Amino acid sequence: MQLTDRSKKTDKSEMTLLETLYLPEIARGMGITLKHFFMKKPTIRYPEQKRYLGPVFRGHHILKRDEQGRERCTACGLCAVACPAEAISMVAAERVKGEEHLYREEKYAAAYEINMLRCIFCGLCEEACPKEAVYLRHDKFVPVFTSREQVIYGKDQLVEDMNDRYERDAWTKEEMQKLWDKQK
Amino acid sequence: MENIAPQLIKVTIDGKEVQVPAGTSILEAARMIGPEVAPPAMCYYKPLKGTGGKCRACLVKVTAGSEKDPRPMPKLVASCITQAQDGMKVENYSSPEVIEARKGVVEFLLINHPLDCPVCDQAGECHLQDFSFEHGTGGTRFEEDRRTFEREDIGDKIQLHMNRCILCYRCVYTADQITNKRVHGVMNRGDHSEISTYISNAIDNDFSGNMIDVCPVGALTDKTYRFKNRVWFSKPVDAHCDCEKCSGKVTLWYRGEEVIRVTARKNQWGEVEEFICNTCRYDRKKTSDWTIEGPMKVARHSVISANKYSNKLVEKPSFALKYAAQNYKEVDDDRPYDKNLSEIKKSEDYKALMAKNEEFFSK
Repeated sequence: MQLTDRSKKTDKSEMTLLETLYLPEIARGMGITLKHFFMKKPTIRYPEQKRYLGPVFRGHHILKRDEQGRERCTACGLCAVACPAEAISMVAAERVKGEEHLYREEKYAAAYEINMLRCIFCGLCEEACPKEAVYLRHDKFVPVFTSREQVIYGKDQLVEDMNDRYERDAWTKEEMQKLWDKQK
Repeated sequence: MENIAPQLIKVTIDGKEVQVPAGTSILEAARMIGPEVAPPAMCYYKPLKGTGGKCRACLVKVTAGSEKDPRPMPKLVASCITQAQDGMKVENYSSPEVIEARKGVVEFLLINHPLDCPVCDQAGECHLQDFSFEHGTGGTRFEEDRRTFEREDIGDKIQLHMNRCILCYRCVYTADQITNKRVHGVMNRGDHSEISTYISNAIDNDFSGNMIDVCPVGALTDKTYRFKNRVWFSKPVDAHCDCEKCSGKVTLWYRGEEVIRVTARKNQWGEVEEFICNTCRYDRKKTSDWTIEGPMKVARHSVISANKYSNKLVEKPSFALKYAAQNYKEVDDDRPYDKNLSEIKKSEDYKALMAKNEEFFSK
C-alpha cells in the first residue's frame, strides 16, 4: 500500500560497468562525507556554549539594584499577589539611618524567597513590579537541584551582584519590538 | 402641636426614585438607593458631625432644584453638604459633566500625594487608591515638586505622614468629637496647611487610635503595624470582647496564627460606626482575648480578598471592562465592498487563475 508520494522507487536495473567497478562510487561517497567536514555545524557544544534565547526569554529571577547599588525592591508584595503559583513570599523591614546606601526606599525586603519548584516562569511578577526590581533573566536558567532546600531561593541568590550586573538588550516590550524590527 | 413625624420628600438620582426624610443630604439619599448611584466620598464621614464639603469628590449635577423651583443648579454641587429638596432630580454617574469633573478632582487630590503606595501601609484599603482608580485618569500633568514634610510621631502609637495627607479634616473632627480635648489640628493655610499636634503634644486619650481608621489615606497609620504585612496577605476576622470602655466589636487581622493588627469594623461605605478604645487596639493582640465571630465580609473585587476565595466566587472588578468600553474604537470598515467582484475580475491574476482551472469552473 502506498502511503505517500514521496517514497522513492528502488532502481533494480542492471549495474553499468562503471558501477560494477565499485571504487569510483566509494570515492564519490567519501567526497560527500568530506564535504560535510567543511560545512557550518548546526549543533553547538551546549554546556560551554549557549544559544541566545532572545531578549524576552524568562529564566532565573533577579532582584535589580539601581545605579548606586541600592536595592530597588521595597517589599510591596505586588509580585506575590500577582503570582499565580504563589511562589513568592517576603518579609518587610524598615530602613534605619545609615542604610541609605543599601536600600532605595524607606521600606525594604528583609527576606525575599522564591520557591522555584512552584514558579512557572510566567513573568507576571516582573509585570506587576512597580519599582522595576524583579526581572527574569534572559541569559540564565534555574539550575538542576538535588534537594528541596536548594529550590527555595533567598536574597543571597536573587539580588544582583554589582560586579557582574545584569544587562538586557531590551527591557520593555517597545524596545524589544524595535529590536525585532531591526533584525528583520 | 407640631407634627413631629418626619416629612418624606421624593428625590430622583440617576433616574431612581427614593423617599427620604426632609433634611437628608443628596449623598445620604443616594446611599439609601445603593452603591450603584452613591457618589464617592473622601472627606464626608457620617458618624462625625460637621465633616464634608472639603474634597469635592462627591460633586453631582442637579438638573431640577425642587418641585416648586425646577430650575437646575448653576454649578455642580457637593452632594454631602447639600440638602435634598422635594422633587429634586440629580445626575451622578449618568452625567458626563460629573465624570469629567471627578477626573479633575482626582488630579487635584493627587497633586501633592507622593504615590508611595508600594511603601504605604494603607495600600489595599486606601480610599484615595479606590477613588483615583475608578474615577481618575492614568496620567498626571503636574511637573512641579510636591510639597514634602518629615514624618512625625503623634504619640507613641500613631505615625503621621503629612506627605500623604489630603486635608480631609476627618481626624480633626474625630479629635474634636470623640476625645475630650483636642491636641491636634490643622495649622497654617492654603498650600501650607498641615495636620499637626500642638507643640507635639502626645495624644493620650483612650480613643485617639480611631484617627487611624478614620483617615482615608495612609497619613495616619498604626505604628505597631508599620511594615508588618501588606493588607492583602493578612486575614481579617470579626471578633468581640467585653470591654468596659468601648463596644469591643473589632476586626482582627491575622498573619498565620498571629494577630498583627486590630481595627474597628467598617461598614459598606468604609466608615467606622463604633469606635474602639486604645486598649482593644494596641494591647489585646492574642486570640485568647477575643471571641471570634467569623471571617470579615470583604467585597469580592477588593484586593483583600485576593487568594482567599475560589475563582468562581470572585466578581471581576468592573473598571477594567469600563476602561475597555471607554477606549473602544469602531473598526473602520466603510470600504466599499463589491459583491460582483468586478474590480477583481479585471485583474491579471484572476484571469490566470480562471484559465488554469477552466475545467473546474466550467462545470
